[in-house]
Amino acid sequence: MIDETEQVKLDMEPGPLVMRNSRVNSLHRMLSDHLVTGLAVLSTIVVIAPLVSILLYLLYKGASSLNLAFFTHVPAPVGENGGGMANSILGSGIILGLASSMGIPVGIAAGVYLAEYGRGKMLGHAVRFTADVLNGVPSIVMGLAIYALIVVRQRHFSALSGGVALAIMMIPTVTRTTEEMLMTVPLAVREAGFALGVPKWRTIMSISLRTASPGIITGCMLAFARVAGETAPLLFTAFGNQFWSANLNQPIGALPLQIFVYAISPYDEWHRLAWAGALVLIMLIMVSVSLVRIVASRGILKGNQ
Amino acid sequence: MTDSTRVQVPHIVVNDPGVSLEPGPVNTGPDSIVRQYLNKRSAGKFADGTFGTVMLLSALSIFMIVGLIVFTLTTGSKLSIHEFGWKFFVRSAWDPVNGDFGAMTFIFGTIATSLLALCISVPLAIGVAVFITEMCPEQLRTPISFLTELLAAIPSVVYGLWALFILVPIMRDQLGPFLVKTLGWTGLFGGDNFGIGILTASIILAIMILPVISSITRDVMRAVPINQREGMLALGATRWEMIRTGVLRNARIGIVGAVILGLGRALGETMAVTMVIGNRPDIAKSLFAPGYTLASVVANEFTEATDDMYVSALVEIGLALFLVTIVVNAIARLLVWAVTRGTPPRSA
Repeated sequence: MIDETEQVKLDMEPGPLVMRNSRVNSLHRMLSDHLVTGLAVLSTIVVIAPLVSILLYLLYKGASSLNLAFFTHVPAPVGENGGGMANSILGSGIILGLASSMGIPVGIAAGVYLAEYGRGKMLGHAVRFTADVLNGVPSIVMGLAIYALIVVRQRHFSALSGGVALAIMMIPTVTRTTEEMLMTVPLAVREAGFALGVPKWRTIMSISLRTASPGIITGCMLAFARVAGETAPLLFTAFGNQFWSANLNQPIGALPLQIFVYAISPYDEWHRLAWAGALVLIMLIMVSVSLVRIVASRGILKGNQ
Repeated sequence: MTDSTRVQVPHIVVNDPGVSLEPGPVNTGPDSIVRQYLNKRSAGKFADGTFGTVMLLSALSIFMIVGLIVFTLTTGSKLSIHEFGWKFFVRSAWDPVNGDFGAMTFIFGTIATSLLALCISVPLAIGVAVFITEMCPEQLRTPISFLTELLAAIPSVVYGLWALFILVPIMRDQLGPFLVKTLGWTGLFGGDNFGIGILTASIILAIMILPVISSITRDVMRAVPINQREGMLALGATRWEMIRTGVLRNARIGIVGAVILGLGRALGETMAVTMVIGNRPDIAKSLFAPGYTLASVVANEFTEATDDMYVSALVEIGLALFLVTIVVNAIARLLVWAVTRGTPPRSA
């Protein structure tokens, strides 16, 4: 940096030698500038290429093997063609419903604590930090812990344990987004509530949360989308099931689990179904996320916080 | 940021403080009985206290979750810890039949794949972050950042599927032979190349951790004040000099944090790696050789583990993974926080 400022000074009173040096120097600087720009553009392209490749392949392979049977049939036995993943789609729905109904309320409440009660407190910082760290815990470890906690006690795999595992994974994400969204609500709005004599809890419920609700809903959907594709924590909790089951106390099928089982199998027919399953999984995630976003932005959900 | 939310407001209507109310949906109808009831009764100190306690308990439940995880994993792995002690982590035996266990090969696999993945993804991630924050035309910024975030939304098992059917053949037929021809002298690319192995696993890991690193690097770079950039440009610096000395140098601690966060993600990634690494407990010099990671051995063998010592050894691996990722994440969070505190959260 110092060299360059000196260079600028020298440029003001150019002698012949300095002039040449400065030309070479500025050519060098210009070239390295262009080189780096090129590298940055190149790396962006390199990064986007696999994404495009994944999405295209998914569409190509998945769409060509999707049919009605996929949505209405249970998996066919080995050696038979056809069959679908209807039970896994139902199972994923049940597990995700369970997870959301447990994880989202706790996550929002913890976020409210951080933003409205814990600002600047030691405990608030500790909770925030723990939530961030919990967010990075590998999902397979979560599955192990829930296995030891619930499955071992129950003595069998169950949909319930899968739901709990995913709920725990949702909590930190929901907490942090709720907190961040509540932080964006101006203090003056809350103070107006207090000035009217509204107690703190009503102020939080009807003013802060309501103002921040679109952001919070988006955060919840992101957490939902993240756990919807999780396979590792379900391996030893929900376990998977080849037949119809809606019993919370029994092993249950899940879309990501079924994709995993089919992908590592040696049969072409099952690979085909795995691609179809992957396409359906991504579609389900994207459709549910965008649906809730649309509904939230229309204001239908806004009052319910 | 200030503490003024905690201003104590006198309760004007204090009616019957003994009534506890669970917060519920508020009916907005004008004449609703619920509304009238709430208006009359809701100002109690008791309700406020209850609400505050429920929120506090929810926040504390996060500690409880971490505590429970540690507790269950420690009790689950007691047998193995007692039998093998700390030597568990330096022994490379893995013999379920004779009950002889050691985690060295898995630790090697995990570290090798994670570091290799970092080597591939860090330069790319920083390049993308630099492009998006400093160079990109305004119209391209949103679609490109949306696309890179989309990478993070794809489930791990779908990455695995893609890697298994697209990346593995490419590795086997094109990239692998190319690497042998150009870099074969390093000795890192010896042996048979089946397409599955440590290198393939590292590539898929690199793709998966890229969005994490690049989005946090972007946040950190955005936290550098605009004056720094203007100052550099006013001194006659080119754009690259401005980025290097004005932005990257100021943001370096946060970028290191982002990289460590990516490392944490890579260490614990399970499904995609399990599908392409080959799953053989072996320490090989060649990057084409199959390996095994901590997370994938748990995923593969836990449901098949029959005797107690086997289960216990796998749980101990899980515990080790948990503790390592906790430490790695804590360090990363502290570094990122040191740079970005005081800047508003990203809106998009």
